[in-house]
Amino acid sequence: MAEIETENKIKSEEYFVNMGPQHPAAHGVLRLILTIDGETIVNVDPDLGYIHRSIEKMCERDSYQQIVHLTDRMDYLSSHINNEAVCLAVEKGLQLEIPDRVKVIRTILSELTRLASHQLWWGVMGMDVGALTTYFYAFRDREMINDIFEETCGARLTMNYNIPGGLMYDIHPNFVKRVKEFVAHFKTKLPEYDRLLSGNIIFINRTKGVGVLSREDAISFGVSGPVARGSGFASDVRKRHPYSAYDRVSFKEIVMNEGDTLARYKVRILEMWESLSIIEQLIDNIPEGDHLVPTKAVIKLPKGEFYQRVETARGELGVYINSDGNKNPYRVKFRSPGFSNLSALNHVAKGGKIGDLVSIMASFDFVIPDIDR
Amino acid sequence: MSVTGKYFINAPREIITQEYPDNRDTLKMFERFRGEVVMPHDKDNFHRCTGCQSCELACPNGSIEIIWDRQVDPDTGKKKKMIDKHIYHLSMCTMCGLCIEACPTDAIVWAQNFENSVYDRSSLTKVLNKPGSRLLPGVED
Amino acid sequence: MMYKIFLPLSITKSIHTWLFDVLPEGVAPYVEMVLIAVAYLLVFAVAGLYLVLLERKVAAWFQLRLGPNRVGPFGLFQTMADALKLVSKEMYGTNRADKFLYNLAPYFPIITALLAMAVLPFSAQFQAFDINIGIFFLLAVSSVGVIGILLGGWASNNKYSLIGAMRSGLQVVSYELSVGLSLLTMVVLTGSLQLSEIIEVQKNGWLIVQGHIPAIIAFVIFMIAGTAETNRAPFDLVEAESELGAGFHTEYSGMKFAYFFLAEFINMFIISAIAVIVFFGGWLSPFGITEEISWFPSVLWFLGKVLIIVFLMMWFRWTFPRLRVDQLLNLEWKYLLPINLFNLVFMAIVVWLGWVITF
Repeated sequence: MAEIETENKIKSEEYFVNMGPQHPAAHGVLRLILTIDGETIVNVDPDLGYIHRSIEKMCERDSYQQIVHLTDRMDYLSSHINNEAVCLAVEKGLQLEIPDRVKVIRTILSELTRLASHQLWWGVMGMDVGALTTYFYAFRDREMINDIFEETCGARLTMNYNIPGGLMYDIHPNFVKRVKEFVAHFKTKLPEYDRLLSGNIIFINRTKGVGVLSREDAISFGVSGPVARGSGFASDVRKRHPYSAYDRVSFKEIVMNEGDTLARYKVRILEMWESLSIIEQLIDNIPEGDHLVPTKAVIKLPKGEFYQRVETARGELGVYINSDGNKNPYRVKFRSPGFSNLSALNHVAKGGKIGDLVSIMASFDFVIPDIDR
Repeated sequence: MSVTGKYFINAPREIITQEYPDNRDTLKMFERFRGEVVMPHDKDNFHRCTGCQSCELACPNGSIEIIWDRQVDPDTGKKKKMIDKHIYHLSMCTMCGLCIEACPTDAIVWAQNFENSVYDRSSLTKVLNKPGSRLLPGVED
Repeated sequence: MMYKIFLPLSITKSIHTWLFDVLPEGVAPYVEMVLIAVAYLLVFAVAGLYLVLLERKVAAWFQLRLGPNRVGPFGLFQTMADALKLVSKEMYGTNRADKFLYNLAPYFPIITALLAMAVLPFSAQFQAFDINIGIFFLLAVSSVGVIGILLGGWASNNKYSLIGAMRSGLQVVSYELSVGLSLLTMVVLTGSLQLSEIIEVQKNGWLIVQGHIPAIIAFVIFMIAGTAETNRAPFDLVEAESELGAGFHTEYSGMKFAYFFLAEFINMFIISAIAVIVFFGGWLSPFGITEEISWFPSVLWFLGKVLIIVFLMMWFRWTFPRLRVDQLLNLEWKYLLPINLFNLVFMAIVVWLGWVITF
């Protein structure tokens, strides 16, 4: 316990509290060492590494088709988008021309994954703030997306459906019908989400003005994704460096300027609406064609470096592959969005209360396996 | 408040929990569901695995081991590679599906069972081809 | 000490006369008191257990799932199973915890809850302790309950428990003011603190109807302050699982934890019961026809109304997010207290000018 002098020269003691890796209803194995003075936070020190599985090292041993299933498990809530990132990087290296059908289907699946991730985020945000029922409503809607994935890809969370060259197998005949049902169903549910949580005066008091991140700080810490967009930094990779079929759909990039928790919350809710509209624009005319460009059984990328950035539900994921001509990559590095967002946590949480820390962490939407890969 | 109230009143219609152990009879998984890798045998105990080891090479973490042997093929009288055992470690499998994609003869497929927990870890190492089964003639072409 | 024991229905009148016949004159009243105490303990235990089950079922129905439905039909034996489990748990304390205070702390909420239940009028004949300062007694007794929370937090020798206990203590103490003032507003209307008198006055129409606007404001404030008194959501930062540990009852396990847990549910019952007695007419039936349908046991009116208010409190819990500590205190001292004081004056004016609605 360290003694500090506050402004009115009253000696008070600060003490260290551990918000440990095992935490009921927190976001995964993240250890935070808080230095608090009464109820006010003075310093937040994250201690990472509890779920480090050396994915990048394992990638050096596997061939290019095998790396894809490891990326599923990094940020497991946007697993499809992670797979797509690696496949796009490899295809960039091989300079393959991907058929339109594959691009459109990949985009639809990415948007569905983003919706699923945001639904879970909404449920967990409600639960962290105290409204315990939101969790169940979010999961009810997420189940429909999981069923869509289960029918097409075979798995609900770790999909591994993209392979370099296209998709593993073609979509199920029921896919279009189910997605349309889901979009119609979810459009009636999203306003309910607003009525339940966003319109609630208690919730607004808990999140307005809390955890302000200014635009300059957002850029200097390197945050991306909804966190950055809530602070006024327009950094949507889908707009700035479009990939797959994003250049042919029209959607708005949502930017808010206040930078507090409520702004980040609203950004994600509005992003859900935008994802719904993207899916609607694409689902009706999926072009015919192959679902796969045949590659050799053993893929060898030419010597060089290849980088691909995609927008996951958390921010910008970058995949860097350095190849020296063999069938295994020489080095693979993932620039994970959560890691950069976490670095801004200390700055944002200083001076707030412990209750604020919980709502700030919920709005940053950490998935810890993304941070320690 | 009205949202939760509405769900309370409509509760019997809107409850989405499935009472799991009681509904095993009516529960039907999707056909592409990745439960466990199996090798289907037809009624005369023939399977389609030629022992080519494509699946073993495709597997990222070595969950498949093929034990093969060069033997004299009873039909043609020539020496060729035949499979003895196809060992599948369910405990290490990540259900990525690369082995099934790599197999040139569609010998292995996904089964839909997900209740794979056992009390004894050694029963998770499975031998996929049944004893006494042989390769279906005419599969390699 | 002035006390009257009213006898519930006619069965116990015969027990009363039988007791006085059988036993010598000096012993009989004491035996009767012991019997009544045992009866109340039973009511307490059963009510506690089934309120827990009701809470879980109601929570589940809000959340689109079935509640406990395996143990017994419709899960009726679920709390028995829980109680058995809690009783059989090992009761360990922390090292260097103050043993005497640690063991003493759980008893405070239970004893105060039982004391409060003793004065509630379940029906015209069924009230154990009808003193002429009924409401005042209830408030005093609930203030004593705070001690249990503070002792529990302090004696656990755990800084998270201490933080939780301090927060909870100041929450309860602040909101007692609002509870007291809103009840006082209604006492202005009835003119008496005695609970059976309050129900007598309501034979001319329930108090919430008699006092129209100030009574409705008083009811709303009472519900908010009442949920804060019992540490329930949306004021449950004591038990907030997403924050540090589990508040003041982190270090308790087994039966002692069961005491805190039961005491919370019984407190909820008591707050609802007070709300029903003071605002909604106690055991009177809705349209003033209590005497006409005297075959219908008035206990059921009382219990029905209490269950509706309990359901309302549960609805609050599962819908609203939690308030932060400083927002909580803000709410009380800057908003509820001035409104309460103004309401009191308003009600006094209404009574003085005779603007009450009677039937």
